Amino acid sequence: MNAITNRRGFLQAGAALTVAFSVGLRPRAAAAWAEKPVAADEVGAFLSIDAQGAVTVYVGKVDLGTGVRTAFMQIAAEELDVPMARVTVVEGDTALTPDQGATYGSLSIQNGGVALRAAAATARREFLRLAGERLNTPPAELRVEDGAIIAGSRRVTYAELVGGRAINLKVDANAPIKPPEARRVVGRSAPRVDIPEKVFGRFHYVHDLKRPGMLHGRPVRPPAMGAIAEAVDEASLRDIPGVVRVVHQGGFVGVVAESEWSAIRAAQALRVRWSDWAGLPEQAKIWEHVRATPVAQVQVTSERGDARRAIEGAPKQLAATYDFAIHSHASMGPSCAVAEFQGDRLTVWSASQATHNLRKQLAMMLGVEAEKVRCVYMEGAGCYGRNGHEDAAADAALLAKAVGRPVRVQWMRADEHGWDPKGPPHLVDLRAGIDTQGNITGWLADAYIPKGAGGNVDLTAAELASLPREQILSPGNIVHNLAHGYAMPAVKTTCHRLETTPFRPSWIRTPGRMQNTFATEAFLDECAAEAGADPVEYRLRLLPAEETRGREALERVARLADWQTRASPQRDRAGAVLRGRGVTYVKYELVRTYVAAVAEVEVTRGTGAIRVTRFFCTHDCGQMINPDGVRAQVEGNIVHTLSRVLKEELTYDRRAVTSLDWASYPVITFPEVPPMTIELIDRPAERPWGAGEPAAAIVPSAVSNAIYDATGVRMRSVPFTPAKLLAALRGA
Amino acid sequence: MTQTITMTVNGREARVEVADPDMPLLYALRNELGLTGLHFGCGLGQCGACTVHVDGEAARSCMLPTASAAGKRITTLEGLGTPERPHPVQAAFIAEQAVQCGYCASGMIMQSAAFLAKTPRPTEDQVREELVNNICRCGTHPRVVAAVMRAARG
Repeated sequence: MNAITNRRGFLQAGAALTVAFSVGLRPRAAAAWAEKPVAADEVGAFLSIDAQGAVTVYVGKVDLGTGVRTAFMQIAAEELDVPMARVTVVEGDTALTPDQGATYGSLSIQNGGVALRAAAATARREFLRLAGERLNTPPAELRVEDGAIIAGSRRVTYAELVGGRAINLKVDANAPIKPPEARRVVGRSAPRVDIPEKVFGRFHYVHDLKRPGMLHGRPVRPPAMGAIAEAVDEASLRDIPGVVRVVHQGGFVGVVAESEWSAIRAAQALRVRWSDWAGLPEQAKIWEHVRATPVAQVQVTSERGDARRAIEGAPKQLAATYDFAIHSHASMGPSCAVAEFQGDRLTVWSASQATHNLRKQLAMMLGVEAEKVRCVYMEGAGCYGRNGHEDAAADAALLAKAVGRPVRVQWMRADEHGWDPKGPPHLVDLRAGIDTQGNITGWLADAYIPKGAGGNVDLTAAELASLPREQILSPGNIVHNLAHGYAMPAVKTTCHRLETTPFRPSWIRTPGRMQNTFATEAFLDECAAEAGADPVEYRLRLLPAEETRGREALERVARLADWQTRASPQRDRAGAVLRGRGVTYVKYELVRTYVAAVAEVEVTRGTGAIRVTRFFCTHDCGQMINPDGVRAQVEGNIVHTLSRVLKEELTYDRRAVTSLDWASYPVITFPEVPPMTIELIDRPAERPWGAGEPAAAIVPSAVSNAIYDATGVRMRSVPFTPAKLLAALRGA
Repeated sequence: MTQTITMTVNGREARVEVADPDMPLLYALRNELGLTGLHFGCGLGQCGACTVHVDGEAARSCMLPTASAAGKRITTLEGLGTPERPHPVQAAFIAEQAVQCGYCASGMIMQSAAFLAKTPRPTEDQVREELVNNICRCGTHPRVVAAVMRAARG
C-alpha cells in the first residue's frame, strides 16, 4: 500500500503557509484554517515535504527563546539526512501542529524532540521502502544524501517521492534512529537560526505583529486585586484623540484606541470608581499566613522506616525551616497578543507556552466551541513559565469582540509585575537525627505548597469579568525533589497541599524542585557540618554506589572547582571580607538530568553584602542535541536563579502588588554575574533529557552553603539580602 | 491638531505626524516607521530594551518625547548594520551566540556600540559597568560581555 496520498486539504494548509504577508510579517494568515493532520500519532502531523524538497517541521512545543527551534531542526535534518537550511519549523499553531502539551517542565527535547525524532525516523524508513520499490533495490542497500535516496548511479529525491503530498503514516516509536557514530548534525553545536534576525532587528515577535485595521488596547486593572469597577467615566477621555471604546464588565476594564499611545494615555486617564478590597495577607506575616492556611491534602512523597522515632532516638537532633519568597516571572517584554475575529471565528497570536490549552480557555471564556478558536504562537520575551501572555490574549479577545476589529494588547510594566501569576510562597520544615559517627539516622521533611495539579491557570480577564473559567487552583510549585536519593535508614517526606495561596499561582522556572532542592541540600549541609564532615565526601558517602552518573557529576564538579577537602565553616572568620564555597547536587525529579555545582562567595561583614565570585557546574542531561544550546541554558539557569536568590521578592500591601517596576523588584545586573565554569557531560548513546530547568535547582543551596562556609551563618530564607545576612551575623 | 516632526532616521529624513508631541519616540519609531528592532520593556528608562542612538549617544526611546528628536540623527538597530555589512557588535553577538529570547539584545547592542565608539579598548569590568542599566532575564550576561570584548578586539 502506498502510504503517500494526495490530500487537497493538506495542500491548502501548505499553501496558507506561503501566502503573501499582509503586512510583511510572518506568514500566518488568519484564513489558514485548512485541514492538516495534527494527531500526535501521525507522521504528517509533524512533517511535510514540498515539491522542492523543503521540509517543514510542525511541533506543539515552542521556542520560548531557549533555542529549541534550532534543536528541532537538527533532529529532523539528522534523521532525514537533509541540510538544516532546508528545514523550517512551525510551532504551537492549533490549526497546524500536534498538541504536545505545554512547553514547560524541561520536556521540549525529552518529549517533544523525541516524538519528532520518531516521526522523522518513521518517515525515513518509509521513504527508503518507497525508493527501494522505485529503484528495485533492497532498502538496506540504499543510502540517503541531502534529501536524495541513492542506489549506485540512480537516485530519487524525497520531493519526487512525496513532495507536496501528505505523509499518511502512523508514527512508529520504535523506528530505528541514527546510531551515535552515524550522526552528523545532532550532538554538534549548531548556531541558533533565530539569532541573526534578532541581532539585525528583523525578527518578528508577537509584539511586532500588525493586522489590517488593527486597533490598540490596554487593560485598566483594579488598584486592589479583588475590586469591581462600580462606575466608569468615559468623559474623562474626552481630550484623548482616537479613543474607540471603553469596555467594562465587572472588574474587567479596558480601552481601545486607534493608536498605541492614545490607548496608553486613555488607560492612564480613565476615571473609574473601584470598590474597596483588601484581601491580601500582611507581607510581614506571610509565613504565619501559610502555616494557618487549611491543608486540603497530605501527600507523602517518600517513606522508609520510622523517621520520627529514629530522630527522637538520635543523640543529636537538628531542625530548621527554609522559606522561599513569592516571585514574579518579571519578563523583559510586557505580555502581548493580537486577537482578530472573522465572523464567529477568532484567531489569537500570542507567545503562549500552551496554545492548545489557551484555545480551550478562550473558547470557554467566550462561550464558543474550541473549533471556532485558533491560537498561533509567535515568540515573545522569555517567560520562564506561565506568565501573562495568556492573559494578554484574553484581554485582546474581549476587546476585539467588543469593537469588531483586530486588537493588539501589550501590557505596561506595572501590569506585568502586578498581574502575572506568581510563584507561590514555599515553606519546608526539616528535621534530622545524627548519630555519634555523624550518620543521619532519620530525615523528616514537610513542605507547604498549594494544592492542585499542573493544569491551566485561569485567565485574568475571565476572573475579573466573572466569565466562565475552570476555577481549578494550579499549584505553581510541585512536589518533586522533596524526596531525595540519599541513602538513610529512615526518611519521610510530606507535602501539605494548601487550600489557597495569596496570589494566583503558576510555575516559574524549576517550580517546586528549586525550593525543595534548596531546603534538602542546605539542610544536608547542616548535617555535614554537625558531623564535622567535608560536604562533598558526606554526599558521596550517602549516594548509593549504583548512582554512577550522579557520583560522577559530583566528583567532577569538585575537581573542576579545585575543592579542598575540609568541613564547613572555614576557620578564620575574623576578617572584614569572608570567603567560602558551597556544594550542591541534584538528580532532577529523581529520574533525569544530574547536576552538581560549587559556588564561591565573598561576604562583607560590615554590610552583609554577598558577592558570588565564581560558579562551577557539571551537567549530565544524557544525549545533547545542540551542546552550545545546552550550555546557554545552563548559564541562563544559573544567572536567572542567582537573581532570584540574591535579589528577587514580590512586595505587596493588603490590596495589591507594590513591586511594580525594576526599581522595586530589583534583578541581577552585569557586575553581579560571576564567571562560570560549566562542564557538560555528553552521553550520546543515552536518551536526551531536559536542560531548561535542572541547573536552576542547585543554585540556592550552593550559595547558601557557601555563605555558611564563609561566615558560619546559615541563610534559610530566599532572597539572601544583605539585611537578612547582617541580622544573622549580628545574632551569631 | 497634529504636528509634523522631522528627523534623520538611519540616514534618511523621516517625517512623523504626531497628535501628541510628548508621545515617546519609541512609538513613532515602532508604529509609524516600522522599526520594531527596539522594544518596549518598561516605559520608565529602567531596562534598556528600547535603546537607540540620538546623535551618536545611547538613549532610551521610551523616555524621549518625539518632539525632542526634531532635527536629530536617530539610529536604530536596523540602521546599525545589515547581514551584508554588520556592525562589529552585531557580528560579535552572532559569533558568541549572545542571545536567548533576544528581547533585550537590541538595547544591549545599541548601548555597547555607542560605548565602543568612545571606549574602543575597554576592560571587561568597564563593559559590565556600562551595561549595568540593561536588564536581561534569560541570563545572557556572560556571552554579552564576551561579545562586546570580541567586537572591541575587532
